[in-house]
Amino acid sequence: MASVAAAPARNGSWVQERIFLGMTFREYLKSLWTPFNLVSAAILAVGLPILVYRFAFGLGATTNLSQTQPWGLWIGFDMMTGIALAAGGFTIGATVEIFGLDEYHPIERPAILTGFLGYMLAVIGLIADLGKPWNMVGIFSNNGTQSVLFEVAWCVACYTTVLFLEFSVPLFEWLGWERFYRPLKKALLGLTVLSVMFSTMHQSALGSLFIIAPGKLHPLWYSSQIFLFFFISAVIAGICMVIVESTLSHKIFSEQFEGQHVDVDKLTLGLAKAGAVVMFAYFFLKLQGVIDNHALGLIGVGFYGKWWLVEMLGFVLLPSLMFAWGARNRKVTLVRVAAIIGVLGIVVNRLNVSLVAYNYNQSVRYWPSWMEIAVSLALVVAGILAFRWIVNRMPVLRPMKGHAVQRAGGTP
Amino acid sequence: MKLGRRTFLKVAGASGTAALVSLPSPSQARGRVPVAGEEERSVLVDTTLCVGCRGCEAACAEANKLPDPPNDDQAFAAMRTTGPECFTVVNRTEKGDGSDRFVKRQCMHCVEPACASACPVRALDKQATGPVAYDGSKCMGCRYCMVACPFSVPKYEYAKALPVVRKCTFCAERQAAGKLPACVSVCPSGALTYGQRGRLVEEARRRVFGNPDKYTPHIYGEHEAGGTNWMYITDVSFEKLGFEVAVNDNSYPKLVKGALGVPPVVMTLWPPLLMGLWAFSHRDGKGNGNGHDKGGNHG
Repeated sequence: MASVAAAPARNGSWVQERIFLGMTFREYLKSLWTPFNLVSAAILAVGLPILVYRFAFGLGATTNLSQTQPWGLWIGFDMMTGIALAAGGFTIGATVEIFGLDEYHPIERPAILTGFLGYMLAVIGLIADLGKPWNMVGIFSNNGTQSVLFEVAWCVACYTTVLFLEFSVPLFEWLGWERFYRPLKKALLGLTVLSVMFSTMHQSALGSLFIIAPGKLHPLWYSSQIFLFFFISAVIAGICMVIVESTLSHKIFSEQFEGQHVDVDKLTLGLAKAGAVVMFAYFFLKLQGVIDNHALGLIGVGFYGKWWLVEMLGFVLLPSLMFAWGARNRKVTLVRVAAIIGVLGIVVNRLNVSLVAYNYNQSVRYWPSWMEIAVSLALVVAGILAFRWIVNRMPVLRPMKGHAVQRAGGTP
Repeated sequence: MKLGRRTFLKVAGASGTAALVSLPSPSQARGRVPVAGEEERSVLVDTTLCVGCRGCEAACAEANKLPDPPNDDQAFAAMRTTGPECFTVVNRTEKGDGSDRFVKRQCMHCVEPACASACPVRALDKQATGPVAYDGSKCMGCRYCMVACPFSVPKYEYAKALPVVRKCTFCAERQAAGKLPACVSVCPSGALTYGQRGRLVEEARRRVFGNPDKYTPHIYGEHEAGGTNWMYITDVSFEKLGFEVAVNDNSYPKLVKGALGVPPVVMTLWPPLLMGLWAFSHRDGKGNGNGHDKGGNHG
């Protein structure tokens, strides 16, 4: 690969250019000394050793899981919520590659990167949660085809691979491996079709996991059609996350957009229009699901009845109307606030299904241990750091600039 | 847009891959004849005959190399549940006329077990003879069986670094060797009757309907969760005995049949549908779908 050596040779070594952002090693280390990095390092320093501790001493020593509560925060948040919030990858991928809405092209790569990192972290969280994770290989050989989890596992494995292949386009471009990245770029349409297919299946199947536990999940959340709700809300999560993530990216990495004409506000308003429609439809579908489950009388009754109203009115209907109003009257800030509420709404929904409304009839309730929270927090921080590390180096937010990597002030 | 060779291959390739992935179909249901599990080995528990000696607990502990069960009457102070080191428990409740009723609890060994259907690696599997058996060497510890079981039977060894799921084995090995399950073999009062499920249902009906003044008119396990290999009759309410009375009467694996029908549809429909949408959205030469070079180097 001659181009690898040739391209960066003009100005320092390849490593200095591509890894240390053109700084010397000493300068680079100095630039890492920021308050954000210190807080992040502290969170990682607590969370990562707990992962080691968990494998040495077991789940009982680390988590508050019990015989009645087999799934806790690591499944409810890292897996259920993480996978939903990583849905932007296939949502925007389909928008651009399949529906041909080319104006969304500038946010496709960051959405795919967010998706890839989200899935990686969900898988790490899952490995921490599994009693004997190495036996996962049995998924591929034992034909447990009656299990919804079998479907989830296959699809997550396949889709993480697809996400890696999609992400490897900017990765290989950064490495200068043209021989690899050109064919992959050509395969992007096929990869996008696969990504939509696998996502449809496992995003919905994560909900189907609970169909077999009708007595344990509160009737307002239980539905034999829960897979529809999970899939549609994953699309909502994808749209909301892309709005939030592109807003943050354009604030934090503004220097990367010099010379690019990307009207983020216009894209945000377009996404809001889509979000408003999907969320509105989701609201009524959920209501229909409750009626179908003969649980209409439970709405507003007791803690769960009120909490269901908070979720559906506050985190679905409200942001849906905000999206509609904002898109119509070009209020970008309103749309962004609605997107944040939308993201929180997905977190609330996934935690409700897997933790809050699960075991609603048990007297002893689960609350995560500090170690479970620390690990989940560390994984989120690791994701943010990995995202920043990558966009500062690889052509995700901006086109590859050959050797002329500019110095990013203090945010490597 | 012209459907060129390359485009065709792309569509065909995506659909073909999908078809490959779709084998084997997840919607294969366990084929069953109308009277499910009729031939399976089962136990009928007549709680009116149980004297609460807890000999079954001791025999179970011995057969499965578990710690000895508590040997004083304090064991009856509160309703106990099974655990990773305790596969069966006998609980006590008052009948109302001052006498006590005892009930032995353990895995129900469903005819169509939710736990085995939920297990993605088939560490839990239903044997043709009746027991829901477990192979710890296959188990990855996802604990989905614990979520799925309507009787909350599977228990997990949270305290261990290399944990496995623990529950009553129905002494599958003893049964295969022609012996009775340990608990049944020691029961002195005739509360436990071992035999073919079909015969035991008949026997339970004979007792309940032959003595309607005595028995509660219900055979717990005849229909619960689609039928279980352990069935109970009593003369108090099943709720009082600590049974899960809200359990569905239909088979739990069947609940997810609809949801498991989704993947084959998605895998066959999505690729051609999406490629059709792609062809439609690029029909006037808006782009060739391979790259978006006008937008810079992004692809």
